[in-house]
Amino acid sequence: MSPTRRLLSLIRPFIWWIVAGVFLGFATIGSSVGLMAVSAYLISKAAIATDVSQLSMAIAGVRLFALSRAGFRYGERYVTHLATFRILTRLRVWFYRAIEPLAPARLQTVRSGDLLARIGADIETLENFYIRVIVPPLVAVLVTGLACAILGYFDVILAVALLVFLLLTGVALPLVSRWLSQQPASEAILARAELNATLVDQIQGMADMLAYGQETMFHERTMRLNDQLNQLQERLAVIRGMGNGLAALFTSLAALTVLALAIPLITGGQIDGVYLALLPLTAIASFEAVQPLSQAFQMLESSQAAARRLFELIDAPPAVVDPPQPAARPASFGLVVKDLHFRYSADAVAALDGVSFEVPPGRRLGIVGSSGAGKSTLANLLLRYWDYDAGSIQVGGVEIRDLAADEARELVGVVAQHTHLFNTSVRDNLFLANPEASEEEMIVASQQAQLHDFVLSLPEGYETMVGENGLKLSGGERQRLAIARTILKGAPVLILDEATTHLDSLTEAKVWEGLAEFMAGRTVLVISHQQAGMAYVDEVIWLEEGKIVDTSVPAELP
Amino acid sequence: MKRTPSIPTRLFENLPGARRLFYVAVGVGFVSGALFALQAVLLSFAVDGVFLQSRTLSETLPLLGVMVALLMVRTAAIWAGDILAQRSAGRVKTSLRQQLLSQLVILGPARMSADSERSGELVSTVAQGVEVLDDYIALFLPARYLAALVPTFVFLLVLILDPLTTLVLLFAGPMLLMMLAYIGGRARAITDRRFLELSWMSAFFLDVLQGIATLKMFGRSREQAANIEDISQHYGKTTMEVLATAFQTSLVMEWAATAATALVALEVSYRLMAGLLPFSQALAVLLLTPEFFLPLRQMALRYHAGTAGKAAAERIFTILDSNVSQATDQSRSEPATHVAAAPIPLPAGFDIRFDRVSYTYPSSEGEERRPALRDFSLTIGAGQTIALVGPSGAGKTTISSLLLRFIELQSGAITVGGVPLGDIDAAAWRRQVAWVPQMPHLFYGSVLENIRMARPDASMEEVNAAARAAHAHEFISALPQGYDTPLGERGARLSGGQAQRVAIARAFLKDAPVLLLDEATAHLDARSEALVQESLTSLMSGRTVLIIAHRLKLATTVDQIVVMHEGRAVEQGDHETLLRRNGLYGQLVASYQG
Repeated sequence: MSPTRRLLSLIRPFIWWIVAGVFLGFATIGSSVGLMAVSAYLISKAAIATDVSQLSMAIAGVRLFALSRAGFRYGERYVTHLATFRILTRLRVWFYRAIEPLAPARLQTVRSGDLLARIGADIETLENFYIRVIVPPLVAVLVTGLACAILGYFDVILAVALLVFLLLTGVALPLVSRWLSQQPASEAILARAELNATLVDQIQGMADMLAYGQETMFHERTMRLNDQLNQLQERLAVIRGMGNGLAALFTSLAALTVLALAIPLITGGQIDGVYLALLPLTAIASFEAVQPLSQAFQMLESSQAAARRLFELIDAPPAVVDPPQPAARPASFGLVVKDLHFRYSADAVAALDGVSFEVPPGRRLGIVGSSGAGKSTLANLLLRYWDYDAGSIQVGGVEIRDLAADEARELVGVVAQHTHLFNTSVRDNLFLANPEASEEEMIVASQQAQLHDFVLSLPEGYETMVGENGLKLSGGERQRLAIARTILKGAPVLILDEATTHLDSLTEAKVWEGLAEFMAGRTVLVISHQQAGMAYVDEVIWLEEGKIVDTSVPAELP
Repeated sequence: MKRTPSIPTRLFENLPGARRLFYVAVGVGFVSGALFALQAVLLSFAVDGVFLQSRTLSETLPLLGVMVALLMVRTAAIWAGDILAQRSAGRVKTSLRQQLLSQLVILGPARMSADSERSGELVSTVAQGVEVLDDYIALFLPARYLAALVPTFVFLLVLILDPLTTLVLLFAGPMLLMMLAYIGGRARAITDRRFLELSWMSAFFLDVLQGIATLKMFGRSREQAANIEDISQHYGKTTMEVLATAFQTSLVMEWAATAATALVALEVSYRLMAGLLPFSQALAVLLLTPEFFLPLRQMALRYHAGTAGKAAAERIFTILDSNVSQATDQSRSEPATHVAAAPIPLPAGFDIRFDRVSYTYPSSEGEERRPALRDFSLTIGAGQTIALVGPSGAGKTTISSLLLRFIELQSGAITVGGVPLGDIDAAAWRRQVAWVPQMPHLFYGSVLENIRMARPDASMEEVNAAARAAHAHEFISALPQGYDTPLGERGARLSGGQAQRVAIARAFLKDAPVLLLDEATAHLDARSEALVQESLTSLMSGRTVLIIAHRLKLATTVDQIVVMHEGRAVEQGDHETLLRRNGLYGQLVASYQG
C-alpha cells in the first residue's frame, strides 16, 4: 500500500471533520465571490434603476454575504484547528503503539538524537497533511465549479476562459515552480546542513580550534558556505518571484479575458449590460481558492517523505517475541550464560562470540573490557531488548527466552551509563521504578545511593524538576539518581554498567559502600572499562571483541 | 541617554548596500500595489464604456491594451521585488555571521563547554537564528512597510474619485487598527502561549520516546500510550479555548473588510440612483475598497515570520552585545586572540610562573560565586613535569584555561620566562602549547584533517608517525576508509578512548615545547591506558609538562605533585613524600585503590 493510501486510511475517523472543513472553506470563498458579484450587479442596476424596490434583492444579498464571509472564516478556522489537535493526538498514539513493541532495538540502530527529533518533526508534518494537503484542493475544485457555473450561465466560453486561467495558476504554475526549484532547493538544504555542521563544530570545538590556531581556516570555510547558500537562495527567489508574478498576471488576465469575451456578447445583445461588471469580478474573486495550491503541492511531497520514514520504522518485525506459553517466574536467581552468540545485524561484527560464565545467587562478577568489547550487549540481552542468536541465558534454571519479556525485565535492574531521566521531579523519576513503593523505601534507596543529602540541599527537595534529559543535574548527580531508582526497583539481578564513571573517587567510594547492603544476596554484574569497582566483586572476566580473554580474582589485578 | 535602535535599523547598520536594496524592493512592491489599484480604476472605465455608452470591443481595445501593458510592468515589479528583498537579506545574514564568528572567538571557549545547555542555545542562535531572519527581512519587513504605503495610495485615489466614500475608509481603517491593537496585544500573548503549549506537547512526546528503553526496563512503557493521549487531549482542549479568542482577530479583519465593501456598495448605489455619482467612479471605489485592506491582511499572514524573526534578532544582538570582558580590569578586556601592539618574543627555555593568582567565574544571575582559584602560586621550571591533582571542583581546569588564555587573568600574575603572559600574542603563545583535553572535539572532516590541525603542512609520513606514537594508527587503519574516514557529527563515531588517542596524535604532531595534559587518559580502558601512558612518557621527555588528573596513575611518575583543594594548592611534593604525609593526597590515593 502506498504511503499516501495508508495515511488516508489513518484519517478515516476524521472524515466528517474534513467534510466540514471543506464545506466551510468553500462557503468562505464562495461568500466573497458572492459579495463581489452581487455588489457589482447592485451598482450596475442602481445606475439604470428607477425605483429602490428594484434593488432590494441585491441589497439583501450584499448584506448577507458581507456577514457570512466573516462567520464562515471563523467557523473554518475553529473546525480545522480542532481537527488538527485530534489528528495530532491520534497520530502520536498510533505511532507510539506501533513503535513500543519494537523499542528500543528499532530506535537504537540509528543515531538516536537525530532520529527522535525527526520522528517528532515528521509527525507534526503529517498533521499538516490533512489541513493543508487534502482540504485546499477540494475547496479549489468546489469554488472553481461555482465560479464557472456563474459565468457559464451567461455563456460557456466565459467559463472555459476562467477554467483555463484557474488551471494555469493552480496546477501548471506550482508544478513548473516545483520542477525548476527541485535542484536548487535540495542543494540549498545540503549547503545549510553543511553550514550548520561547521558552526556547531566551531562552538563545541572552540577550545580545540583556538588551541591549535585554526580559527581563520574555520572562519573562511564558514563564509564560503554562507556565500554558496546565499547564491542558492537567490536562485530560489528568482523562481519564487516568477511564481508570484505569474500568479498575479494570470489572475488579472483572466478578468481581462472574460471582459474582452463578454463585450461582443453584450454588443450582440446575448447578455444584458447590467451583468457586465459582475463577470470579471467573479473571476478575480475565485482565484483566492487556487492560491494555497502551490503550498499544498510542497506539503504533499514533504508529508509523503515523512510518512515513508515513519512506516519504514514501524514495519520492522519486533526484535523480541513473547513465547506462546511463557514459563513461570524462576524461584532462585543464579545466572548461567553458555556459549552466547549475538550480532546486532546480519552484516555487523559479532558483539558476543561464545561467551560463557556463571554467577551463583549472592555472588558478584566483574566484567572489564574496552569500549565495544560487548559488555553492554550483555545487559541488553538480559533485559530482552534484543534476542540472542545462539547459546543460552538462564536465570534460576529458566531460559530467559521462555519467559514473557515483561517477566524477564522484572528480574533485572540495570544502572546504565546513560539512563534516561524524564523531565519531571526527582520524586517522579524515582517512583517510576516502583509506583507502589512507600516514601520510606524511596528515602532509603536515595540514602544508599548517596543522593538523599544532595536532594535535601535543593530548594524544592524531591519536588525539584530535573530538566530535559535531567540536564539540570550534573553527570554524577544523574548517575546517583539512576542508582537510587534501580535500588527502588529491587530486582533480584543487578547490573551496574559503568554506573559510577562520572563520580570523583571520594564519592565513588561512598556509593560503593552504600550499595554493599543492597547487593547482599543479589546476583550482581559489574561492568567497567577500568578496574574501578572491581574491588567489590568476587571474580573478574576480561572481555575483548566479544570473547572472554582472561579470568582472574581481583587481587591479581595489575 | 542613547536610544536603542529598532531591529530593522540595527540589522541594516553599516550595510548601506543592503539597505538600498531593501528600500528598492519596498519601492518596487509599492509600484506593484499602486498599479493594481490603477488597474481597478481602468477596469471600471472599460465596463462603464460598454455598459452605459454602448462602446464595442474594438473601441475598448486601446484601454484593454493599456491595462495589459500595466499588468506586464506589475508582473515584472513583483518578480524583481522578491529577488531584491532576498539579495538584501543575504547581505544582512553574511554580515551577521561574520560578526557572530568574531564575537564567539572573543567570548572564548569558557562560555561554551561541550555539554552545557548554553552551548546548545548558542548553536541554535548562530546556526538557525540567522536563517530565520531570511523570512523576516525578505517577507515580513516589506509587507510591514507596504501595509502603510499602499492603503495611503488607495485612499488618495478614492479621495480623487469620490471624496464622500473616504469617510467609510476613514471610519473603517482606524476602527480596524484600533480593534486590532486591542485584540492584537492579547492575540500575541495567545499565539505565544499556543506555541509554548504545542512545543511542550512535542517535548513530552520526545521525552517518552527517548526514555522508552528506561520505561521498558521498569515495565512502564505500555501505559504511556494512554498518557500521551491524555496529555495531548488536555492541551488540545485548553489551547482551543484560548485559540477561540485568537480567531476573533481574523473575524474582525474579515468583517471590517467585507463590511466596508458592503457599506460602500450600498452607499454608492443610493447616490447613483439619485444621480449624484457617475457609474464609472462608483464601480472604481467599490473595487478599491478591498484593496485598501489587502496589504494589512498580507502583513497578518506574515505575523509568524515577524515574531520569529524578531525573537531571533534579539537573541543574536544579545550575543553580539554580551560583555566581552570576564576580567574586572577593563584594560584586559581584549579579545582572546588579540595581537599585542609589539609582540614580545619568547625567551628560549622559559619557565612558567603563577604568582598569587585568583579567579572567580562571572555569575549570570547575580548569585554569589565561590572563587575557583585563591592566591594560587606555582612555578614550572623549563623541562619539568608537574601534576595537579585534587577532587573535582578544586580549580584544576581553571589553571589550564588561564594558561591557554581562554579566560583572562583577574588578579595576580602569570609570567612565561619572566614576560607577563598577557603581553604575548595569544595565537603565538598557543603555538608553544600542545593541549590534550579530557573531551577532545573531533571536527567534521577526515581523521587525517583532524590530526593535521596541529600542523596543516605536515607530510603523510609525519602524521603516520604521530598516530603510531599515540597508539592510534592501528584503529585508524581498521576504519572503513582509514585516514580518510569522515569524523564528527555526521561521520564515524569514535569511542572516548579513540578520540583521546587522536588528540594525543595531534599533540605529537604539534611538537610544542609546553605540553598540557588535561585528564588526558580519563576515557581509556585499562589496556589502552597502559599503552598510551608509555607513549605519553616519550612525548613528555624534554618538554615542560603540566598534567591535570583526578585518576592518579599518571601522577605517580612526575617530578612534583601539587594537590589542590577549593582553589588553593594545599600540598606539594613527590609521590612518596606526599604519601608519607598522609594528607588529602593520601586519602585520594586510598579511595582510588578502593
